[in-house]
Amino acid sequence: MNVDVLNRSGIQPAATSKLAIADGDIHPRPAGVGIGGVSAALYPYMTKQWVEHVTAFGITYRQPWEKGSAYPKGQPQAARRDAWTPGGGSPGSDLAFMRQQHLDPNNVALGILNPLTSGQGAQNPDLSLAVCHATNEWQKAEWTSQDSRLKASVVVPYEDTVASVREIELRANDPDFAQVFLLSKTNEPLGQRRYWPIYEAAAATGMPIGIHAFGNGGWPNTTGGWASYYIEEMVGHSMAQQAVLTSLILEGVFERIPSLKVVLIEGGLAWAASLGWRLDAQWKKLKQELPGLKRAPSEYIRSNVWFTTQPIEEPDPRTQLAEVFDWIGWDRILFATDYPHWDYDDPAQALPFKMTEAQRRGIFQDNAKKVYRV
Amino acid sequence: MVIDCDVHPTVPGMKTLLPYLDAHWREAVARRGIDDLNTISYPTINPLTYRADWRDETGRAATSPEMLARQALDPFGTSIAICNCLWGAQAAFSEDLGAAMARAVNDWIAKEWLDRDPRLRASIMVPQQNPDRTVDEIERLAHDKRFVQVLLLVGGEQTLGRRYYWPIYAAAERHGLTIGIHAGSMYRHQTTPIGWPSSYTEEYVNQATSFQSQLTSLITEGVFAKFPALTVVLMESGVSWLPAYFWRLTKFWKGLRSEVPWVSDPPGSIIRDRVRLTLQPFDAPPDDGGVMRLMEQIGSDEMLLFSTDYPHWQFEGLAAMPAGIDPGLAKKIMADNPLRTYVRLQQHTAQMEPVR
Repeated sequence: MNVDVLNRSGIQPAATSKLAIADGDIHPRPAGVGIGGVSAALYPYMTKQWVEHVTAFGITYRQPWEKGSAYPKGQPQAARRDAWTPGGGSPGSDLAFMRQQHLDPNNVALGILNPLTSGQGAQNPDLSLAVCHATNEWQKAEWTSQDSRLKASVVVPYEDTVASVREIELRANDPDFAQVFLLSKTNEPLGQRRYWPIYEAAAATGMPIGIHAFGNGGWPNTTGGWASYYIEEMVGHSMAQQAVLTSLILEGVFERIPSLKVVLIEGGLAWAASLGWRLDAQWKKLKQELPGLKRAPSEYIRSNVWFTTQPIEEPDPRTQLAEVFDWIGWDRILFATDYPHWDYDDPAQALPFKMTEAQRRGIFQDNAKKVYRV
Repeated sequence: MVIDCDVHPTVPGMKTLLPYLDAHWREAVARRGIDDLNTISYPTINPLTYRADWRDETGRAATSPEMLARQALDPFGTSIAICNCLWGAQAAFSEDLGAAMARAVNDWIAKEWLDRDPRLRASIMVPQQNPDRTVDEIERLAHDKRFVQVLLLVGGEQTLGRRYYWPIYAAAERHGLTIGIHAGSMYRHQTTPIGWPSSYTEEYVNQATSFQSQLTSLITEGVFAKFPALTVVLMESGVSWLPAYFWRLTKFWKGLRSEVPWVSDPPGSIIRDRVRLTLQPFDAPPDDGGVMRLMEQIGSDEMLLFSTDYPHWQFEGLAAMPAGIDPGLAKKIMADNPLRTYVRLQQHTAQMEPVR
């Protein structure tokens, strides 16, 4: 495919006076595209058997097409036009260029890596594990060991709980890994019992569970059937995240594992206030159905859940976001850019309204340090 | 003047509907033992379905126009109420069964409710299984101006904006009917966007997400552009999700509008112009001033339509108007907005007895 690449001459040098920031959502991508959908950059971290498997059969998900995702993106790889590497490589595939374009000029002091093409939710459970494991090895070897600002996510083959727990335990004492990474669209809602061992294992390590938009659970992406458009899919990620949070709370996950930390990534956050009110209103009337809940549902959001900002909702006037942050709690909010994707939020422009110095420091740095224990 | 835009007569069961079925279906329901098609979206015994102090000795409410008048009209000083029957006709996998039952419910509500209390209006129950048969039912009843709206369930077979359904919107627009989308499902798909829930509470809470996705579908497929006189009313949606939702939708429209070039206005302004929401449940913020802050975020005082959602349990006593709504806005919600929304109410109100 021919890709138009924008002129990059506008890249700014690092500004030392800028507030150092934490970025809760950076997407590194293995270079190139492998035969059958697994990047050859991961082969060094896979056994010969699995390399042969993917070169013969590829990797398949609960979605229709051999190449690309079910809803064609707005632009190639859903990436910023200027994020293709100078050598023409995939956006997010080159650490040196990521430093030059994002980490240095934005003064990123803590960057959480969230790899997306990592075998999660693949139909073959053993292959899912092999690619997840390889992705974790690759993050360590080629990213976190090369740049101490970056922390990896433990990607786990979440439909196989036993294998996921093993993968978490493997990284439990490795300070290069900061969270356990799931996608929102799974085979069953994430609050359900089959996933609890993953949460118990994560809580035992002190790492939060990060739940990122996307995934291929196979369910129509709305309760009224499949949406038609990419824009519907993108807007719909917030509905999926609302459903994930509802499932986690109402199934009693936070009662069972009070120390569990959950970070909801790339599904928006302004909806969280209304969802809390709705949950509380129904719980007051129907609580007999949910004897496992000891507190009002919104209280679990206040104590166990964080939200990354990108793609930040854009009210007019933007000051209405501050009202929503008041409702949700400023300590719940973690800044994120989604680099290198097209809907990237610029730290200098994403939150254009007045906040106190403590609120700014919290959102851009301190809240993340606390959640990720760095 | 008070106009209640969402009340729910109880469809008492098949026996009551027998006079409204043709010979084939009268015989079929008896022979096959089809006693009732009450929807699992609102189980009779569930606390939410009937507020406790409204239940009669059979455990139900809204079983007659007199009971509805006594519990839901007189106490609120209501002069017009729109009846939305929630019964499982749309959930039948057979469109033949669905069409026969929808027709029976409509004829039953006209004769045994609308004829008996001049304050009552109704939405047309339709066989949502098939747009052609839905149009047939609309055409059959359109002459009766007491039917003011077409009732669709938020959980359908396909997303509601798809072109497959456009004949329904054309018929509604032609006859001055609004499209009313109500909570509830045909149960063709899982009832949360990520799979089946484990509890009724989980399913009910997720209905708000169903409204969000259907509204996205209607906008992005171009329904509002194609049918400029059509108004969509979201009923029992929860309301307070609205601003956060259209902030996100409008943002993505800015980035992706080339995919849906017929959406020429920002979705937030399409919603303010063309979409209305019934008031209960409101899922209100608990803080002082929170409700009015939310109204400012919504950015319009013309969108909300008064409703009690009777006999569902959404509030205690007579507190249908959320605390914190100022009196001027309350008046608009109770009368001005419903009158402006429902063309057929304007026409009919002009000929009505003096209203309270």
